Amino acid sequence: MTLPLTPSQTVGPFFRIGLATTIGAHVAGEGSPGAVRISGQVLDGAGEPVPDALVETWQAEGAGRCGTDDQGHFAIVTTKPARNGAPDAPHLDVSVFARGLLTRLVTRIYFPDEDEANDADPVLQSLSSAERSTLVAVRDEGGLRFDIHLQGARETVFFDR
Amino acid sequence: MPASTRSVHPPNDVPAYASSRLRAPKQPLRVLPGRLGELTAPLLAGETIGVLDHDLTRQHDGEPLGERITISGRVLDENANPLAGALIEVWQANAAGRYAHLSDRHRAPLDPNFSGAGRCLTDAAGGYRFVTIRPGAYPWRNHPNAWRPAHVHFSVFSPAFAQRLITQMYFPGDPLLVQDPVFNSVPDHAARRRLVASWSLELTEPEWSLGYAWDIVVAGREATPLDDDASE
Repeated sequence: MTLPLTPSQTVGPFFRIGLATTIGAHVAGEGSPGAVRISGQVLDGAGEPVPDALVETWQAEGAGRCGTDDQGHFAIVTTKPARNGAPDAPHLDVSVFARGLLTRLVTRIYFPDEDEANDADPVLQSLSSAERSTLVAVRDEGGLRFDIHLQGARETVFFDR
Repeated sequence: MPASTRSVHPPNDVPAYASSRLRAPKQPLRVLPGRLGELTAPLLAGETIGVLDHDLTRQHDGEPLGERITISGRVLDENANPLAGALIEVWQANAAGRYAHLSDRHRAPLDPNFSGAGRCLTDAAGGYRFVTIRPGAYPWRNHPNAWRPAHVHFSVFSPAFAQRLITQMYFPGDPLLVQDPVFNSVPDHAARRRLVASWSLELTEPEWSLGYAWDIVVAGREATPLDDDASE
């Protein structure tokens, strides 16, 4: 038996009322072994920060969730996922929700210290180098940085939901 | 065969929805090989959810104003398997159509006895139940004299990434549905109607509250959009 799916709708501008506390931005404790802080900015097609986006990360170790601030910034503290024998390089699955998005955007965060695995990753291999660069986090002083460009010359690669 | 993901979910690029213009990606979505994402760790222990978190009418000293309602249903995957232990989070405007959020500037009163947020975990049969008040309609600036139909935001969070869903539940017979670009962003008419709850005599409590039934169906645990295309 196959049931028809319930359609997606936008998360709207006021999701903090309902999605504030249950799941937080710490998949790993700050400063715990292997912990990495991944921060970034969500930007719209005019290059303006998106102050009402919700970024969620998924991996076997747990899920993280962070709403963007006035400047579009988010930060999630987690660990690099184990590979578990998968052909894909270590990565986080990411959902982006926002007012103006009727269904979630799906993307991936890859790690910059995994050159060899990234080169062999079937998803990254299917992309141009410019596209690929939108999915690999870069090192910064606080850990890793991963900006999400919803539109524009540096539009992040998004996958079918 | 599974209904095509593409025909069920709205596209992001919907010109009638003004907020999408600078936010909807312009490049086509890529299809991931294999299953969509991973399973994550079991979510939460049940004790992190308060016993009254599902009841939005009992979060303050007094009762909120408005029409008391129950919303209840089951969360299933497309293969009719119940999602047990899924986290359901809801948020909504009060009876006057105002959210308890600093950015909501609608000139309607706040209700000191209504925060508008609830949550629960589904039971073994995928069942959920919320007690709340019926939210009011409210104006927004999408187009001249635009009004959102009454709705409750629903978030479904299970351990499977493919099943992640955020959506909105609407009320039967609402005349505002026809002019709402968010509701009408769903291309398929039958799919759109699945966002509308049914009034339920069984869920209506005598001398107390009206009841609405609304089931939610999410993708299978290992859903992949490729399956849909290959089977068509």
